Amino acid sequence: MKLAVCIYEGPYNHAASDTAYNFIQAAVQKGHEIKGIFFYHDGVYNVTKLMEPPQDDRHIANRWSALGATGIDIVVCIAAAKRRGIVDDVLVPNVRISGLGQLTMMAIEADRLVVFGD
Amino acid sequence: MAEEIKKIMFTVRKAPHGTIYVYEGLEVKLIMAAYDADISVVFMDDGVFAVKKGQNTKELGIKGFEATYGALVDYEITKVFVDRQSMEERGMTEDDLVVIGEDEDTEEPIKPQVVESDAIAAMMAEQHNILAF
Repeated sequence: MKLAVCIYEGPYNHAASDTAYNFIQAAVQKGHEIKGIFFYHDGVYNVTKLMEPPQDDRHIANRWSALGATGIDIVVCIAAAKRRGIVDDVLVPNVRISGLGQLTMMAIEADRLVVFGD
Repeated sequence: MAEEIKKIMFTVRKAPHGTIYVYEGLEVKLIMAAYDADISVVFMDDGVFAVKKGQNTKELGIKGFEATYGALVDYEITKVFVDRQSMEERGMTEDDLVVIGEDEDTEEPIKPQVVESDAIAAMMAEQHNILAF
């Protein structure tokens, strides 16, 4: 199945990011195709390289970046990002900033768009 | 072979103020309306407050977005529904709903359509994808 994932919540504060990550890992292992991952609302904070969590904790931004390195398209909403001070310069590698049109294309092209957040 | 037009539904289930979900969700609707998709919007649960007319956000210190709903029809978002049960549970009637545009011919104001929950369920079952805000 072709899946797209949209994440609404920021890292550490909310389980949405972790749950989405685990969901995607499981889906890929099962052979599903991930058409894209879209960060919206406070979700845009998930991929800033400025985060520096304690060494014994998971590094959420680096984790998403590593997933992006496998070829999965990871998009940060530019409108949501600008509002929150997230710009190209602070993004981890393998993540791009773009518009809501990308979410639209994911919603059209994917068999299921799975949303994580409140 | 022509691709079929995909049906995408937005559900608005949260109160309009207190969090940004509903406001940023409105931005998504306006963008998606420009694409080749069959868009519908359903206001239910506390989301019905988003389409209550006469909101004053001045004291909240935010711009507010009630006026933008008045342009939904202009954005060609015409399939706009309100769950009757959610509306009535919150003491609202159809008279409380915002205008989302006007009829091109008659210039009559267009309001969201109040529907029963089972009609919404039937519409949901037909969707390609659903986005909740």
